Amino acid sequence: MSNRFSDVASLKDELAGVDYLSDDGIAGVVYLADRLEKPILVEGPAGTGKTQLAKSVSEITGARLIRLQCYEGLDEAKALYEWNYKKQLLRIQAESGGEEWDDISDDIFSDEFLLTRPLLEAISADEPVVLLIDEVDRVEVETEALLLEILSDYQVSIPELGTIQAKQIPLVFLTSNNTRELSEALKRRCLYLHVDYPDLEREKEIVLTKVPDITENLADQVARVVRSIRQIELKKHPSVSETLDWAKTLVLLGVEKIDEQTATQTINILLKYQSDINKAIKELATADGVSP
Amino acid sequence: MSVSESAGFDDAVATQEGIGDPILDLLNGFIVQLRAAGLPVSLTENLDAMEAVKHVPLGDRQTFKYALAATLVKHHNHWKAFETVFEVYFSLRGDEFSIGDDTVELPEMDDDEQQGEQASGDQQGGGGDNLSPEELAEMLYQSLMRGDQQMMRGVARQAVKRYAGMEPGRPVGGTYYLYRTLRNLDLDGVLERLLEQEQNEEGDAPSDFEQRLQRDEYQSRIDSLQKEIEAEIRRRLVADRGVEAMAKTLRKPLPEDVDFMHASREEMASLRKAIYPLTRKLAARLQRKRRHGRKGPLDFRRTVRASLSYGGVPAEPKFRNPRPHKPEIFVIADISGSVAAFARFTLHLVYAISGQFSKVRSFVFIDGLDEVTHMFEGVEDINEAVHRVNTEADVVWVDGHSDYGHALQVFWEKYGNDIGPRTSIMILGDARNNYHASESWIIKAMNDKARAVHWLNPEPNSYWDTGDSIVGEYAQHCDGTFEVRNLRQLEGFVDHLA
Repeated sequence: MSNRFSDVASLKDELAGVDYLSDDGIAGVVYLADRLEKPILVEGPAGTGKTQLAKSVSEITGARLIRLQCYEGLDEAKALYEWNYKKQLLRIQAESGGEEWDDISDDIFSDEFLLTRPLLEAISADEPVVLLIDEVDRVEVETEALLLEILSDYQVSIPELGTIQAKQIPLVFLTSNNTRELSEALKRRCLYLHVDYPDLEREKEIVLTKVPDITENLADQVARVVRSIRQIELKKHPSVSETLDWAKTLVLLGVEKIDEQTATQTINILLKYQSDINKAIKELATADGVSP
Repeated sequence: MSVSESAGFDDAVATQEGIGDPILDLLNGFIVQLRAAGLPVSLTENLDAMEAVKHVPLGDRQTFKYALAATLVKHHNHWKAFETVFEVYFSLRGDEFSIGDDTVELPEMDDDEQQGEQASGDQQGGGGDNLSPEELAEMLYQSLMRGDQQMMRGVARQAVKRYAGMEPGRPVGGTYYLYRTLRNLDLDGVLERLLEQEQNEEGDAPSDFEQRLQRDEYQSRIDSLQKEIEAEIRRRLVADRGVEAMAKTLRKPLPEDVDFMHASREEMASLRKAIYPLTRKLAARLQRKRRHGRKGPLDFRRTVRASLSYGGVPAEPKFRNPRPHKPEIFVIADISGSVAAFARFTLHLVYAISGQFSKVRSFVFIDGLDEVTHMFEGVEDINEAVHRVNTEADVVWVDGHSDYGHALQVFWEKYGNDIGPRTSIMILGDARNNYHASESWIIKAMNDKARAVHWLNPEPNSYWDTGDSIVGEYAQHCDGTFEVRNLRQLEGFVDHLA
């Protein structure tokens, strides 16, 4: 059991210290993950700060962040380890004739010829690390199995070398945009955290922290407009990062009060589909509120 | 942390590690309730939860709840079910939620900015029992105006007490009480009043845009008030009937078990979101099947790598996987009245599928049949596409009652030649043919030409081949007939394809 954080409230404060505004749920789960030594699976819509959470945690713990970006076709050689076969080849040729074959074959499968990839690197590191496995839903179901050993036992088995145990237990974050259902086996090994769009108050706080020179009044209005837009049924709702972009734009334009015209002119920063933009403009101009 | 998977270790492990028995029992009971609600809680997760609660202060309700959620709920769709069970199961176990002490019901109000409030303020000692309806309405108005959470809770308690008319042992569900309370509070009227008030203060009339924002703000406050009222009703019901009985009445099917035919509008919305990942999976399955067993061109890198095992001699050539072919899909969907609810869902499914596959052709029929592929193409908004299908597609031939036989005939004549060996055909319908001719030979002919024909039936298996349903007649020529009434079954179908 590790004790990186003393309690939930202080963890929340520390995260706020590095400009990551968490809530009880987020801070609580990170705290538990540390205590239980379990990975966290973070799911939620795009742009709600899932990756940022891992970065912020590594920042407050002073740990090195090791990141594995997942993509379709990711394999063992890219995620775990690979034998440096060029070097192995050189080794064989350099010694040809001089040495017994048995010695060479033992020799070329040693640490020296092993290229560590993010997962192996995370558990063989001496200093504390935070391991971020980003967008894990992008790999195929079969590839997920690669992660299971490291997630449950913090070890990697290499047939030629044996099992490498973690020197210290890393804090592991897996993020997923939920484009597909992850396997039960993976989920069972993780704590589950769903990060949704923040509520009005938190979003306002985030805008205030992240956008310099914004007035409280404007931040409040920004959060309100974004909330109204999120209530409309759209292809893609504005994410937190888009809210921030919008707020920055408004500050640059010197806007003090958002009226209909400003909103209409700058809405393309919040929404990225033309059909969404049209719909939102139409909806926002009706006083009656949510139409079905 | 290594965990034994065998049952029975459950209690032993947890007690060994020193959890007090009361908490253990409490958690066990909670997990039993979760499982009863359909949530898949494995033994590992159970143990994790036991471990987790040791690390959180038990007095902190929120943290406790999140600790349980993080270890027990691994799917966002299950969150709502979890929350309901949690609120019911632990409803009488929090400090602030004790039910007997009516004296603390009204929170202290800041007296300065209260105008119409004096009356109720004076009566706090009496537990606020003597509030007149007008005073309660005024309190409601004030609490919403200021967005005061404490006060809303007080109002909710008062309102439930006064209006719900709850009697011990009365066998009605919570929704009845909720309805009664809300009807008396007239929240819509309050909303209008709030908005008018706002306009009067502003002086000049605000633009529609501002009004809209204002309305959303008040609406969200009203929503939170409504949540308070629901919680209050739930608490009282639990106190009256006990946890088990309440958990049972409040149990709702999980999103994946919701029947397409009887889904409410909210459920439909969440179903739509769930379809998208499923179609991706479907796409992956169909592609992978083609990839097996065939070899592509030589893969030089892997060959050299493999040659190391033979001292640099390329003795074992390696090949690339062949580029997977894009599968071709024909979707033929019944959109007649008897499957109307299912059809709406079907169209969403078709829309989602056509986003995943490059070659999807979709057809809809009642007693005539029409191709609607173009209506889904380049359409950004699914509702618009569905609307177009329902209004523009030419699917009525004689009387607008299902006639599978004729629809199939039209399909065969017009599009039969387009079916190739790479085509997968999915037919969605209940095969209730109104006693017309079945023309099932067409299905056989289709299956001979196509790679596969699957029939998805929204009716329960036990109804098949009863009355005018002739699904059995078609099924003998299909590669598979599946009962698909909810997401779980749809997923089962997709898995079956692999």
